[in-house]
Amino acid sequence: MIPTAFDYRRATSVAEALALLQEGGPEAKLLAGGHSLIPMMKQRLAEPGLLIDIGGLDELRGIEEQDDGDIAIGAAMTHAEIAASELLRAQAPIVAETAAAIGDAQVRNRGTIGGSLAHADPGADLPAVMVALDATIAILGPNGDRQVAAEDFFQDILTVDLEEGEIVTGVCFAPCRSAAYAKLEQRASKFALVGVAAALTLDGGSCSSARVAVTGASSHAQRLGGVEDALAGASLPDGAASAAAGAGDGLEFVNEDLHGSEGYRRAMTAVFARRAIEAAAGRG
Amino acid sequence: MSEPVPITINVNGRRRSAMVEARLLLVHYLRENLNLTGTHVGCDTSQCGACTVLLDGRSTKSCTVFAVLADGSEVQTIEGLADGDELHPLQDGFWEEHGLQCGYCTPGMIMSAANLLQENPSPSEDEIREGISGNLCRCTGYQHIVNAIQHAAERMAQS
Repeated sequence: MIPTAFDYRRATSVAEALALLQEGGPEAKLLAGGHSLIPMMKQRLAEPGLLIDIGGLDELRGIEEQDDGDIAIGAAMTHAEIAASELLRAQAPIVAETAAAIGDAQVRNRGTIGGSLAHADPGADLPAVMVALDATIAILGPNGDRQVAAEDFFQDILTVDLEEGEIVTGVCFAPCRSAAYAKLEQRASKFALVGVAAALTLDGGSCSSARVAVTGASSHAQRLGGVEDALAGASLPDGAASAAAGAGDGLEFVNEDLHGSEGYRRAMTAVFARRAIEAAAGRG
Repeated sequence: MSEPVPITINVNGRRRSAMVEARLLLVHYLRENLNLTGTHVGCDTSQCGACTVLLDGRSTKSCTVFAVLADGSEVQTIEGLADGDELHPLQDGFWEEHGLQCGYCTPGMIMSAANLLQENPSPSEDEIREGISGNLCRCTGYQHIVNAIQHAAERMAQS
């Protein structure tokens, strides 16, 4: 499969990438690992006139603990690098584990967190984790930088709060050990048919508050408010099943394809919410 | 029409330079420009892994990388694995353990296994199966492939 012809520029800095985005206008697309965009270009679902390569930019790399204790991940970090990070394994194991469960080794060697978040495939894993962790997406544009909460960033299918000319530069979140992700995966692609991320605040054997988010089931990653409310004050792990019951019922829109009907995805949302909550509680 | 782009890629230890269209996929550059046809095109949709090569030492599906993205990088294909006439331990393992039937997936399997053994020189059977989960064998000869990779890991540990 051969994509439409395009011009290619390799940016040597984020500033240059921003300038090239301005120059290219709506025809321009950013590419780092290319594992979301290139398959779409091969099917001619995307036909950019200008491809701007930001994959090698040092400014977009790194996994670091900041002065306030939060963890920042650069947009160009690959899933393999995130999966192997000792810092994440210790302080936010859900992020490393989720990255390790994306696609396969070859996909993880190329695909990046920035690409995954900006592309916002409805079956992508990391968006749910970022929403559950209440992560902040860092964005740079011609008018400077801005921060967007992950739950506001994901808006619809393949649609995020990113204006023309803007770049996702990274993501930032507070450390959280008592969080886990569980997914029902499509066996060939490993995309989530349903994936649920649960981040709990635990007080002894009970849950004082929770953030729970789903991907795969609907058009975009979003919180499961009913489950979060049911978890507040629940004793865990015993209360996980009742808190998760009906988790999929409140979703406004549910995906339906040959891999799973709407009813199946709703049912599996409850199942995988329970599993994610139990796994997160087990870390308390 | 887009402008051709100059690229220089070190392929199997040789510096190769060319002017290419930006949309040329790495797998097509290897097969059609360099005549390195050991790297196969299977599904062409990033799933089957027949096109796997090492790009800067990491296993990569070359049907999902433009050749221009590999400019300045090192690429290793199945043709670059043997040391002269001496087979790489993975190639030897696939020979000894009958790790192939039709052979179509074999170059990609071996390159994925090379990536795996670099990261984890003595993988368990489960780790091998996870490590090659991005490569499909439609003869379904996975058990022999796993045996071949174990054979190679043991040989590499001895040497």
